Amino acid sequence: MTALQEAAPRDPRDPRDAAAPVSGRREALHFALRNGKLLAGAGVVLVLLLLGLIGPLTIDAPPNEYVGPPMQGPSPEYWFGTTTFGQDVFAQFVYGLRTTFAAGLLGGVVASLIGMVVGFLAGFRGGLLDEILNMLTNIVLVIPTLAVLLIINAYLGIRSVAAQAIFIGLTSWPWAARAIRAQTFSLRGRDFVDLARLSGSNTWKIITREIAPNMSSYLLLTFILLFGNSILIASSLDFIGLGPTEGVSLGLMLQNASQWSAMQLGMWWWFIPPGAGITAIVGALYVANVGLDEVFNPKLRET
Amino acid sequence: MMLRLDNVTKVYKVGAFGGKTLTAVDRVSFDVPEGQVVSLIGESGSGKSTLGRMILGLVPVTAGSITLDGAPVRPGKEYYRHVQGVFQDPFSTFNPVFKADRVFQLIREAYFPAATAAEWDERVRAALRDVRLDPDQVLGKYPHQLSGGQLQRVLIARALLLDLKLLVADEITSMLDASTRIDVLNLLAEIKGRGLGVLYITHDLSLGNYLAERTVVLRHGTVVEMGATDKVFGRPLHPYTRQLLSAVPRLHDPWEDAEPVTSCLYHDSGAAGGLAEAEEDHFVACARLEGCREERLEGRPGGRPEGVLKGRLEGRLKGRLEGR
Ligand SMILES: Nc1ncnc2c1ncn2[C@@H]1O[C@H](COP(=O)(O)OP(=O)(O)O)[C@@H](O)[C@H]1O
Ligand SMILES: [Mg+2]
Repeated sequence: MTALQEAAPRDPRDPRDAAAPVSGRREALHFALRNGKLLAGAGVVLVLLLLGLIGPLTIDAPPNEYVGPPMQGPSPEYWFGTTTFGQDVFAQFVYGLRTTFAAGLLGGVVASLIGMVVGFLAGFRGGLLDEILNMLTNIVLVIPTLAVLLIINAYLGIRSVAAQAIFIGLTSWPWAARAIRAQTFSLRGRDFVDLARLSGSNTWKIITREIAPNMSSYLLLTFILLFGNSILIASSLDFIGLGPTEGVSLGLMLQNASQWSAMQLGMWWWFIPPGAGITAIVGALYVANVGLDEVFNPKLRET
Repeated sequence: MMLRLDNVTKVYKVGAFGGKTLTAVDRVSFDVPEGQVVSLIGESGSGKSTLGRMILGLVPVTAGSITLDGAPVRPGKEYYRHVQGVFQDPFSTFNPVFKADRVFQLIREAYFPAATAAEWDERVRAALRDVRLDPDQVLGKYPHQLSGGQLQRVLIARALLLDLKLLVADEITSMLDASTRIDVLNLLAEIKGRGLGVLYITHDLSLGNYLAERTVVLRHGTVVEMGATDKVFGRPLHPYTRQLLSAVPRLHDPWEDAEPVTSCLYHDSGAAGGLAEAEEDHFVACARLEGCREERLEGRPGGRPEGVLKGRLEGRLKGRLEGR
């Protein structure tokens, strides 16, 4: 989430914020703690994240080990039942959560960073730089991601979670760059940008201290959508067999469930947890984002 | 302090590939001396803001020069210590996600990093009281919680924190209601007493008249008449100025609706190029507007009048003034 720190609406180093009776950040927190959408969304994400972080510590055997009786429904011993081969679905689920979060976070951060740098520079500087960056954006936008991934997999065989996430990040930033560029473009003509110039601010300071905070909720929306998007792409790649070759992820669980006809055999406990997990993470991220928008935008706050 | 504009020109590139150009300001020359308010009057689109933004270094100058005390404008921290601006729309001048008093904080960071919090707070409060604001009413508020008049005053207070020599006020009262407008104007009249120059940009003649020592009338990017305010307003020579003065509510009517101009007073006198000095501190441009504007500008590069011209014109202008 380092990328997001820049987007925070108030600068923690801002001495005025520290000196003010109620600091800006504490004020945001005040409203954040009273926002139901943010609390609910963040709560779901946090619970799943904790499950992914702590869950694996409580499980002795590796997640793909054949530990129990095959094809068992949920029971006190195997909370989410077992697979056709007697693997513990709950163990796979918590390990899968971990991998899925890692892939989403890394992919989202990489894509956000590139999207912000490209979008801010193109939108604020304009001119030739804008045209060059625009061309780059369009090229990446039309690259057939799947074909490239197939080729990379075939020739380089890079199939770790990190490599997958970075690949997703490197290919999914263009729409974010475009959105940020458009937003920056509309902000750079506002008088407060001129006033910042008249206060001796340079371009970098104007982007980080005026433009980015002004669209902080927008940047968060972008990041959160990229995060969710990375999770979805990673899961689909796993599902079609282009994911990491080892380990376990929610997408790989779905692939296995589908490959071994879990649905036809009525083994709902095999495919519902990973499916619901993906849906819950992505949905909760979106709800949390709507809440964040209300927290950061003083105007939305008052209505 | 003296701000001098010498043949300042701005050509914007417009169109899809920057192929077309638009001359927003064309060879404009005038001075803003210390302790004076100079009002720059013109209808919208006449290039007033472009001039103001060039003086503030926010827009590069295409040709000509702008100098402050003889030194060319170099936009940056040092220049902005002495030259500041206030713009038309107060709500756009404040970043809506921050409290309004952050504009002071930016000044402190850039220019007074050594000031302690208590010192700085006292200076800000003093500046706010100078612009007739109650510090407790504006500090800690978001821009949307303050009125347009309060915001414009906060911006003037911000400028006053610096070692100000020139204030560019671009239509700063046009979005305020009538009573607030007068208060802000009085404030401007007051701060010029501190020995700083004010360039007061407006499309409203009555406001320009109210506080300016000198007036510059701009039309389509060129100066049509300028000089001491009482002279420009009392004895307008250029048909355009007369039209503005006689028909304030019809400001945006096409020229054709007004008295048709058949002869060019300026040209008839045999003048070529620049502005003619009709009397002391009163300059006027060619009157035939579109037609001979080009000829006039092609003539002499300098916008400043020549002595010879003055003598010839004076007689004719006098006759015309008396005949009216
Ligand atoms: N950034 C810009 N790019 C292109 N044309 C501009 C730009 N800014 C102003 N113009 C044009 O220059 C002319 C003068 O504009 P402006 O200086 O804003 O006039 P005023 O302030 O007197 O209304 C107008 O025709 C306007 O369309
Ligand atoms: Mg304007």
